[in-house]
Amino acid sequence: MIINTTQTQIPDFRQTPNVDKVGVEERCARFQTRSLKGDTKIDGLKRVLSMIDLTTLEGKDTPGKVRQLCYKAQHLHDAYPDLPTVAAICVYPTMVAEAKKALGSSGIRVASVATGFSSGQAPLDVKLMDTRFTVENGADEIDMVISRGRFLSGDYQFVFDEIAAIKAACGTARLKVILETGELGSLDQVRRASDIAMYAGADFIKTSTGKIQPAATMQVTYTMLCAIKDFYRKTGIRVGMKPAGGISSAKLALHNLVMVKETLGVEWLTNDWFRFGASSLANDVLMQLVKQQSGNYQSADYFSID
Amino acid sequence: MARLEVLKTYKLYIGGQFPRSESGRYYTPLDQAGNPIANVSLSSKKDLKNAVVAARKAFGAWSERAPFNRGQICYRIAEMLEGRKAQFIDELIKQGYDQTQAEAEVHLAIDRCVYYAGWCDKYQQIFSAVNPVASPHINFSTLVPMGVVGVIAPQNNGLIGLISTILPCICGGNSCVVLASEKFPLTAITFAEVLATSDLPAGVVNVLTGSEDELVDGFHSHMDINAVVYANGHTENATMLAKGAAVNVKRLFVYDTDFSDESAENPYLIADLQEVKTTWHPIEQVGGATSSY
Repeated sequence: MIINTTQTQIPDFRQTPNVDKVGVEERCARFQTRSLKGDTKIDGLKRVLSMIDLTTLEGKDTPGKVRQLCYKAQHLHDAYPDLPTVAAICVYPTMVAEAKKALGSSGIRVASVATGFSSGQAPLDVKLMDTRFTVENGADEIDMVISRGRFLSGDYQFVFDEIAAIKAACGTARLKVILETGELGSLDQVRRASDIAMYAGADFIKTSTGKIQPAATMQVTYTMLCAIKDFYRKTGIRVGMKPAGGISSAKLALHNLVMVKETLGVEWLTNDWFRFGASSLANDVLMQLVKQQSGNYQSADYFSID
Repeated sequence: MARLEVLKTYKLYIGGQFPRSESGRYYTPLDQAGNPIANVSLSSKKDLKNAVVAARKAFGAWSERAPFNRGQICYRIAEMLEGRKAQFIDELIKQGYDQTQAEAEVHLAIDRCVYYAGWCDKYQQIFSAVNPVASPHINFSTLVPMGVVGVIAPQNNGLIGLISTILPCICGGNSCVVLASEKFPLTAITFAEVLATSDLPAGVVNVLTGSEDELVDGFHSHMDINAVVYANGHTENATMLAKGAAVNVKRLFVYDTDFSDESAENPYLIADLQEVKTTWHPIEQVGGATSSY
């Protein structure tokens, strides 16, 4: 796996390519006309499960809730044989140690939202301290938010430097950079923020915190995938993608996989390079899998709540 | 100059929207002279699935509405029906009724809405009970709605059967997925338009049109349907429903009722679609059972 680092050759971000919004919409509409059936569907659904970052990011989270989520991550639906586990658990920094303990040697990673999540309105020192605390507690992945205010006022250098500083604080933990696309206003801005994040050293770029609507629309995800493709062509470095927020149905998740495959290729179709940030997606995928197996449409009554 | 009539497309009613069948299929009911009346959506199992998802989503909030408010909304349905009476009569005649029959059925349908509107905040008192128990508890039984109800409406009429099966269901706080009469689908969809403009939240009632033989399997096998009301008198399908309903132990109610008769107007149809919930509440025995405390 090639690890991204803060690049030294950086383009002028004011010159970031413009995005053809109409073209993006048309392309996204076409991904949604694909229909996956039978074994392909089952394979796709299992792949979706293995790519989920099972998330709980609420003020009311407790260690008990985190332990419960960690149990679910390892036992998605025991009645169904040979299911993969999810890729990671995503929690607040104070819950990392608890999650790490609960997951033990299961191989499921712990991701955590450091850097003054979800607004990112904190001084750099605080963000760095937050990051170091989280890494020391054992987080394998750090989900940071960019300073949208600075970005929108055109201070791209600040945003770049901040990401680079956090990247340095991450050590061996992989860094996911949340653009919070719902606050960026246009696809052009999404593309620009993606470029800044990748050149500053992001291992993943992620659409949203899940706290702002709209979140991971297909248009936004597609724009970011195209940015990843261009970055890969220029530098040979692979960057991962994580749509988060609003993907709650198995169907939409499968459409996302189709989009990744057709934009970036099969190399990206593993949980090293593609993730879903979601809390309720797992259950819908499980319901679809059981439906494929039993022939009956399923009810949420027969699946775990969290 | 002769005017070209604009024909209405009769679509489904799912989650407050009027989509075509996802299968793209339709069928063409004929009038008595054998002429096509309209193109009507022929629902697939997937439409049924979508309707159940919509009904499930609507159920929580609808069941938590104050019963009085549910009554207001049911009454509003009657008001809206009254306002579009002429259209319903017209469509019933198109589907083979004569003028007198059509008028009678529409009037009866409106009155039945009012009837059930009245029951919304009253059935609970009639069917609930405080039970005598031999321990220091208050023990009471109340009714709670079952959830998502699948309704297969009577085949032999266009409006009264539909209304007589839907209203008791929503009156008690359930949401439902209704398969309308295959022979008389026009009034069912026009009734859906009435519902859409009656303050009834989207998804509480979802109306499908199409073939019962094709969809009956979906009604009993779906794990997220809690009860099925079958009012169509096909013994074979009723048996199939009874067998299939075992998959998630759904309740099944087979009605062999003539809904145009006044006897079809009764609160037991509401109570059928309720589960009884019994609560034990401890009471402190301050002075003992025979104390005058």
